[in-house]
Amino acid sequence: MATEAKVNPMYQFTIEPLAGTNGWEIAGYNIAFTNSALWMLITTVVLTLFVAGGLRRQLVPGRWQMMVETFTGFIDGMLEANVGKAGRAYVPYVFSLFMFILFANLLGLLPLGLVGVHPFTFTSHFTVTGVLAVLSFSIVLIVGFRRHGLHFFSLFVPQGTPIWLIWLIPVIELISFMIRPFSLALRLFVAMMAGHVLLEVLSSFVIDSGNSGLLWGGIVGLPSFLLMIGIGALELLVSGIQAYVFALLTSLYINDAENLH
Amino acid sequence: MDVEAAKLIGAGLAAIGAGMAAIGVGNVFGSFLESALRNPGAADGQQGRLFIGFAAAELLGLLAFVVSMILIFVA
Repeated sequence: MATEAKVNPMYQFTIEPLAGTNGWEIAGYNIAFTNSALWMLITTVVLTLFVAGGLRRQLVPGRWQMMVETFTGFIDGMLEANVGKAGRAYVPYVFSLFMFILFANLLGLLPLGLVGVHPFTFTSHFTVTGVLAVLSFSIVLIVGFRRHGLHFFSLFVPQGTPIWLIWLIPVIELISFMIRPFSLALRLFVAMMAGHVLLEVLSSFVIDSGNSGLLWGGIVGLPSFLLMIGIGALELLVSGIQAYVFALLTSLYINDAENLH
Repeated sequence: MDVEAAKLIGAGLAAIGAGMAAIGVGNVFGSFLESALRNPGAADGQQGRLFIGFAAAELLGLLAFVVSMILIFVA
């Protein structure tokens, strides 16, 4: 039974208020400074330091500046390819989004538990990824309606729709449009949570089998540990891919708003 | 059947969906590689589409995971 296991794989996602901020309130709402907020702050600080280190504007870039410029060039190229010239205006937003998610995913994977600091992956919470997705979605809505006005609704009737299907296609298009923020948020949140649950379950295999003697430790614990190393590497890859997919889909949706279909 | 047992069986059945998504993701990357090796020059331009296909295939597997998590922890 899942509830009787010694290592509860869901415990790592618990949000708890940090020292003494439990009772902080504004207008009846609890605003305690939680571990989630702490790791968001850490991510922001690390990200700011990383980018600030590359802002020297030298003609011949050093290593650090090269790293940062690779990332900005990557996002710039992605928006250029997907949105075109108008995509330039969104580089700051998509770049911040991509780097924030990437750094959050990677910082949450750091093996800091060895020194007693447990990293918290806040991208494994639907509330956080949901807000990021709603942000992207509302940018699409605002840009779309400002640029095209009510003509924006022609997004739901793709060019070349047969006249006898005019009652069906807009419904399907509308559903697929409205489901976008959910799919954006769900993908990132589930991918991060599933990976961390998997690592936790494997580590509980290692711990429990190690405690029950050399024999079981060798048969179960060692292979599990090797698998953990592999899954850890896979998680690094997934961190990058999920951040990339989030940014890519955001730029595709922005393309819809800028150029319609 | 006990309700608790039915929930766990349902969660296990939902895991089939995760396996199906694995087939889908493998199919996306496999087909990409197959055609990329035929025409390496055009491969780089299609990387965006590759990841869109990957994201779509993966999402459906993740939905199966969500279903099983809901069955175990929420329902």
